[in-house]
Amino acid sequence: MRDLVLSGHLSRRDFMAGAAAVGITASAASALLTSPAKAAPKKGGHFKIGIGSGSTTESLDPGAIDNTFPQQVNYATRNCLVDVDNEGNAVPNLAESVEASADAKTWTVKLRKGVEFHNGKTMTADDVIASMNHHRGDDSKSAAKSVLDPVVEIKKDDDHTIVFELKEGNADFPYIISDYHLSIMPDGKWQEGIGTGGYVLESFEPGVKATFKKFGNYWRGDERAHFDSIEVLSIKDVAARTNALTSGEIHAMDRCDLKTVHLLKRNRKLNVHQVTGTQHYTIPMHVDVAPFNDVNVRQALKYSIDREAIVKTVLRGYGQVANDHPISPANKYFNKDLPQRAYDPEKARYHLKKAGVDSINVDLSSADAAFAGAVDAAVLYKEHAAKAGININVIREPNDGYWSNVWLKKPWCFCYWGGRPTEDWMFSIAYSKGAAWNDTHWENERFNELLVQARAELNEDTRRAMYYEMQELCSNDGGTVVPMYASYVFATAANVGHDKFASNWDLDGNKALERWWFDS
Amino acid sequence: MHPILRMVFQRLGLGLLTLFVVSVIIFSAVELLPGDLAQEILGQAATEETVAAFRRELGLDQPAFTRYFSWLGGVLQGDFGKSLANQREISELIGSRLGNTLFLAAFAAVIAVPLAIALGVLAALYRNSLFDRAINVSTLTSISFPEFFVAYILILFLSVQLGWFPPISNVDAGTPFLERMYKSFLPALTLTLVVIAHMMRMTRAAIINLLASPYIEMAHLKGLSKSRVIVKHALPNALAPIINVIALNLAYLIVGVVVVEVVFVYPGLGQLLVDSVAKRDITVVQAACLIFAATYILLNLTADILSILSNPRLLHPR
Repeated sequence: MRDLVLSGHLSRRDFMAGAAAVGITASAASALLTSPAKAAPKKGGHFKIGIGSGSTTESLDPGAIDNTFPQQVNYATRNCLVDVDNEGNAVPNLAESVEASADAKTWTVKLRKGVEFHNGKTMTADDVIASMNHHRGDDSKSAAKSVLDPVVEIKKDDDHTIVFELKEGNADFPYIISDYHLSIMPDGKWQEGIGTGGYVLESFEPGVKATFKKFGNYWRGDERAHFDSIEVLSIKDVAARTNALTSGEIHAMDRCDLKTVHLLKRNRKLNVHQVTGTQHYTIPMHVDVAPFNDVNVRQALKYSIDREAIVKTVLRGYGQVANDHPISPANKYFNKDLPQRAYDPEKARYHLKKAGVDSINVDLSSADAAFAGAVDAAVLYKEHAAKAGININVIREPNDGYWSNVWLKKPWCFCYWGGRPTEDWMFSIAYSKGAAWNDTHWENERFNELLVQARAELNEDTRRAMYYEMQELCSNDGGTVVPMYASYVFATAANVGHDKFASNWDLDGNKALERWWFDS
Repeated sequence: MHPILRMVFQRLGLGLLTLFVVSVIIFSAVELLPGDLAQEILGQAATEETVAAFRRELGLDQPAFTRYFSWLGGVLQGDFGKSLANQREISELIGSRLGNTLFLAAFAAVIAVPLAIALGVLAALYRNSLFDRAINVSTLTSISFPEFFVAYILILFLSVQLGWFPPISNVDAGTPFLERMYKSFLPALTLTLVVIAHMMRMTRAAIINLLASPYIEMAHLKGLSKSRVIVKHALPNALAPIINVIALNLAYLIVGVVVVEVVFVYPGLGQLLVDSVAKRDITVVQAACLIFAATYILLNLTADILSILSNPRLLHPR
């Protein structure tokens, strides 16, 4: 364990070392410190939560998770090797420790011993390797395939030791294996929904509901999974979800209707929560298509959107203005020094002039599939940009098929990102050259160079400087207008107890079921 | 062969042909939609590689023609196949949903049909009275509002304010009958309000139409009471059009309740169909559509037979 602390590879944050050194309890201890007012979690009760997504086509395959309903099911029944706690730290979970070689290319994961699956099988290295390989290989249809692409080889040292060989050094590797797709299943088999999690799946009807009961032999014992039983309901209609919560049919809901949330707040039987996470909305343009191939045009477009107004109207204030890069204030290396770009039609005109034109006409594709209110945002943008001589032609696309026909296909459109826990991860999947989801076709030499260097850089200050510069490059040269970060807004019954909320995903980092409890 | 039996067999044969045509149309329509299952399932997370692997595994790389006939072959052997999206048996997937949908439809029908006929008869009996007008105005009002609006109004008063009924119908296979009735009362009531006007007005119109006939006049002249004339003499002869409109509304209760299912989070067939279309899960779409089409065909057939039984002259068109 001392090696780990000394190498400093696992601990991207100072806290990390401590957590690793005293084991998993450290995170619980720190959590208690941060909210001293909260009493110790109570046990028991039947918890019902209404989720604003879910589809009858879903399965228990973690590689096919694409929204919050299967995410809840996944985390209730399964664990990952590494967990991201409510401070944003990667802490060992099913792993006992995660140690890196000096170049951060070889990672050794020691597994916790005596962890039991719901079917009574004890977890070994083989289960972990099979679970990882479920997402790898040519025939993988997993959404996490690209996440594991940097992994060249996974070897087993002994029954409780696994070695990951990476293509190149990556100091953020523990975060990668905390991805919710990479949960551990017995022999890598997902069909039965068996895992090592705090709850045993009792029934799963895709698009309708899933029910669970507490797993008696949970390896975390009393520390987590406080409810006796759980029901996760898919309630896609936000009005139905809100009604269910106000009438006590459910104890919590996600994605509150921002238009009526002020009314919910008045209800004393409920608590409405707002968490600023990494979620952000983007407007990517193809930088290899005219007129977006001129950096001045891109700049002009970035200056001609009134972010404040859009946050106020589209998000009803439940968000923050963003600065044309994907790194959020919830990230560690968020560039605080980068001046906030403001709405400035004059500057936009100036940049247009530099590009050699007086005014331009551009098409902007939008649909509420990108995010609720995307069409409204596009129309507002059109109004704002008109003052700078930019004529935006808003094209309303159908929600159905948006991700296959519009995003990555149309030169300028709306998009959303749940964000990623690390800067490298976010930049690598959507901004680096050749990335699978580089939705702007942006190729900035300096940026790509920095990305590889920063990934393996172990000195905090150098690394920070690199990420700061990358955000600046992204903001000034990149092809994405990032107008805002959207907060997660969810509501619970007043008797639902919780700790400080994690900000990496909605609903307490997607771990509401494992972390929450009934106060009375 | 008895002419009625012959008609039934003819109609069933035509029905099968219709089902085949429907399945071809549905299949081509879903094929025409942009994107396919692999892209829709992976959504924003799709890369070319994973989409290709997905297609290979599910056989989506085969031409549409091949896929259609292999599906049809399975159906002819009674095998609906598996959902492409989650590999569940379609018969199992649809089974419980269909049960729920039929339960809700039956629940609504049990309230709506007798009520509609009774109100229709009463309205005819007290034609142009205040009662007649009140019934007409209120049923027409409820049919004129969109279903979701009726549903929300009911939720607002009966659920949120009074707390009598749950706002969501969280039922599953293990829910006991009475609890199931209680939980699905609001959606059933919504559906009742939506379909009642149609049936009520048809009853009223058919009876009023008959009241001008000579034999009714005869009955009046015999000195029979007004209600006896209507129930005993007019109603049996008015049944044919009423049965037809009831059949149409029953079919609607089974296939047209998607919006109500969404508002009450009721796990019926509608939501399954909508999700499957959105994700291009063509095998499930096909199976659900065949069920819907078969529902229409069978209900229409039943309506025809019942109409003829109530008035055998219909067997010999003039």
